[in-house]
Amino acid sequence: MKGKISVKEERCKGCGICSYFCPKQVLRVDELGKIRVIKPEDCIACGQCELRCPDYAIFVDRVAEQKEKSEV
Amino acid sequence: MVERSYEKFFRQNRLPHLWCPGCGNGIAMKAIVQAIEKIPELNQDNTVIVSGIGCSSRASGYMDFDTLHTAHGRAIPFATGIKLANPKLNVIVITGDGDCTAIGGNHFIHGCRRNIDLTVVLFNNNIYGMTGGQASPMTPLGKKATTAPYGSIDRPFNACHLAEAAGATYVARSTAYHVQHLVTMITGGIKNHGFSFIEAMVQCPTAYGRKNKMTDPAKMLEWMKDTAQMKNVWDKNPTDEKFPIGVLYQSTAGEIDYSSAYEKVIEMAGGI
Ligand SMILES: Cc1ncc(C[n+]2csc(CCOP(=O)(O)OP(=O)(O)O)c2C)c(N)n1
Ligand code: SF4
Ligand code: SF4
Repeated sequence: MKGKISVKEERCKGCGICSYFCPKQVLRVDELGKIRVIKPEDCIACGQCELRCPDYAIFVDRVAEQKEKSEV
Repeated sequence: MVERSYEKFFRQNRLPHLWCPGCGNGIAMKAIVQAIEKIPELNQDNTVIVSGIGCSSRASGYMDFDTLHTAHGRAIPFATGIKLANPKLNVIVITGDGDCTAIGGNHFIHGCRRNIDLTVVLFNNNIYGMTGGQASPMTPLGKKATTAPYGSIDRPFNACHLAEAAGATYVARSTAYHVQHLVTMITGGIKNHGFSFIEAMVQCPTAYGRKNKMTDPAKMLEWMKDTAQMKNVWDKNPTDEKFPIGVLYQSTAGEIDYSSAYEKVIEMAGGI
């Protein structure tokens, strides 16, 4: 299962709770104090970020993993 | 992205809320609306949110129910009035550690004593947040506050013990780290037919954290993760190093709740 992350940027206050609890280092708070999804492909849809965001600014939806196209 | 179902319980035009970056109040507020969502009988027309004064008490302004933002320490008396006027309403009180156990301490114990069917959620950040960090009756020993620059020497209240001793019929504790558990604790409180008290530990990185070298809200949450213990585990080895979370007390004696007792008085008085 993969995750698709959506951010409501106007709500984010850059507290860093989501990035701290992300087990895959997918997120980082940028210089302007907003959350950035730096490694979207590494998201495992665990939902830890969404669970504790005090501002309801980050959401993760589960998406079925795309099958790699085989060469043959 | 599919809009989250709990968003309907927020006044969208009032968000983002005014709490500081990383403040735990936002986590506890979401836990309350998720608990409401879990109980099908509760809806926006039969649920009332009542709060006192403080950062935590601002929550009522963001929640799309009938809401009352009352006077400091007085949320429980207002909630009592609502419940007496219309016992069918589900009344949830949001309060802070100062609001509930300092200026509102007397109202709190008497609400418990009467077993009024309220669900009181105390957002415990261990400090007076709104007024800049004075010690509250729940500031732990040795912790600093603007009014305790050398560390507090006042022994803190254990509000859960206080609630139980005063007569509350459901007493639970959880934390902003244990979000789903917190939702379950609040749901249990709403379902209890009598006075329910839930202590939600929340981080205040600004007023409490700055004074006590814990300014990172994520680390404060991690402290909750490491220090909280499920009640059944804590009971085997009670220690001050940890604190128990879970349902700490639930009455099985079937005490009558205040509205039902009052109903009988109304009957005796001829139904007026
Ligand atoms: C009668 C009265 N006294 C004092 C105040 C000032 N006051 C506002 S909030 C507050 C303390 C809030 O602390 P707490 O209840 O712990 O809530 P928090 O802000 O930490 O969430 C005080 C003393 C007031 N508003 N009204
Ligand atoms: S937890 Fe929420 S508010 Fe904090 S940085 Fe992440 S998205 Fe922003
Ligand atoms: S002062 Fe503390 S309790 Fe108040 S909004 Fe800021 S972090 Fe939250």
